[in-house]
Amino acid sequence: MAENFDAIVVGAGPSGNAAAYVLAKAGKKVLQIERGEYPGSKNVQGAILYSDALERIIPDFREDAPLERHIIEQRIWVLDEESFIGSHFRSDDFNKPPYNRYTIIRAQFDKWFSQKVQQAGALLICETTVRDLILDGDRVVGVQTDREGGSVYADIVILADGVNSMLARKAGFRQELKPDDVALAVKEIHFLPQEVVESRFNVSGDAGVVIEMMGKITKGMMGTGFLYTNKESITIGIGCVLSDFKKQKCSPSQLLEEMKAHPAIKPLLEGGEMKEYAAHLIPEGGYNAIPRIFGNGWLMVGDAGMFVNSVHREGSNLAMTSGRIAAETVLELCAAQQSLTARNLALYRSKLDASFVIKDLKKYRNLPGILHRNPQFFTTYPELLNRAAHTLLKVDGVDKKAKEKQVRDSFREKRSLLGLVGDAYKMWRAFE
Amino acid sequence: MSNAKVEEKLFQNRYRVDTGRPHIGIRDPDICAVTCKTQQCAVCCPAGCYTVEGNGRVVLITDGCLECGTCRVVCETHRNIAWEYPRGGFGILFKFG
Repeated sequence: MAENFDAIVVGAGPSGNAAAYVLAKAGKKVLQIERGEYPGSKNVQGAILYSDALERIIPDFREDAPLERHIIEQRIWVLDEESFIGSHFRSDDFNKPPYNRYTIIRAQFDKWFSQKVQQAGALLICETTVRDLILDGDRVVGVQTDREGGSVYADIVILADGVNSMLARKAGFRQELKPDDVALAVKEIHFLPQEVVESRFNVSGDAGVVIEMMGKITKGMMGTGFLYTNKESITIGIGCVLSDFKKQKCSPSQLLEEMKAHPAIKPLLEGGEMKEYAAHLIPEGGYNAIPRIFGNGWLMVGDAGMFVNSVHREGSNLAMTSGRIAAETVLELCAAQQSLTARNLALYRSKLDASFVIKDLKKYRNLPGILHRNPQFFTTYPELLNRAAHTLLKVDGVDKKAKEKQVRDSFREKRSLLGLVGDAYKMWRAFE
Repeated sequence: MSNAKVEEKLFQNRYRVDTGRPHIGIRDPDICAVTCKTQQCAVCCPAGCYTVEGNGRVVLITDGCLECGTCRVVCETHRNIAWEYPRGGFGILFKFG
């Protein structure tokens, strides 16, 4: 199949689908290569879909996309061993269409997105792993697949091959991932009757709830847990920075087991049937970990480019947006009859810089480092907060002033006054 | 966690195993057994694909692999893992993802 295409897109996740869709829609001859049995069969996410990023690509996606529940309530829990202190935000405004975000099941969603890409005119080949980029000097001219005679050529190759991005590394475009820059997340999906999900989380119709969790569940590691409601299932998972898993000698599957056994979480899963266990690396290194994302004849999009905002748990929207912008860059250069050289494709980086993708990553560029150097945010504070709540709420004959003093003393004892002020400053700097 | 418990989890998953053609390999088993002090792969692999035997040797069985990349990334001192994706269509096939 030594054929020539305008563009080859490697991977059919959110970023690859976005890129392929925009290019095909504009009439380009696009080949998309996916190693899974079907698009989605290799892809793992929490998963939350943020409408805005998709709306800019497929405005009427709500008509037929497989969506689970729109989120009307977000809970944030800070846990110690037996309790949690938390905040819930629930708004009826989130219960009015058009909805802002949804839970999705990626195997179904990616398949749907891919059908749109094919309807737009792209050629999709599944069950095909791209082994190498084909280079002419330092210019990417095509890809080598594991099919017999599997070399294909194109004017541009878009690398949407996910966090591991083997292709970029083999071609020497980027270094190996660092354990500090990726989080390892494990998750399970538990099926329950629809009415049980709804009564358990106090929702009806297609409304849903998400819970983000931090604290003792990560055993001092930098990370968070999550629980999302789908139509007839619940997704539960936990992710921590890989270097912390190394340090703590903690098995990820064990961590998830212990989280599921937490007294605040266990009743939410009661009676569910576990039907899949998945794991995935999340590129959480932030702004400072972004590799080279363009070169002669190639662009990098999505997780491969490390576009994940770990603070706000956003990834698929950054993926779709980077895929769309990559495609728009190619279209713009082609329309201006400019060649797809590194010099011209630098336009992709400047467009991304001007978008929320890089702006948000830049805003939080210091956060991963600060949190990593200050594990107290994941250990000491959750414990102090929970104990404080316990002290203040337990009625036991101790007067309230004495209780307040107990709480103040507990904070000072654990972190010292200077430590507390320093931590507040660090947090302010990180989120500034 | 005992491997039996992870295996129970993996039992729920769908795989098409590329029999006889594992996509991940240990380059030099002696490095794992002798030089590597930490054997992180056996701790961090979420599918429990790596086990340390009584004699200190690391055994890798890729059948339950979730293709996350963890083992490759944690083996940063020795770079002793040859890691590729499975052939097209093989490996884990997520039903939900």
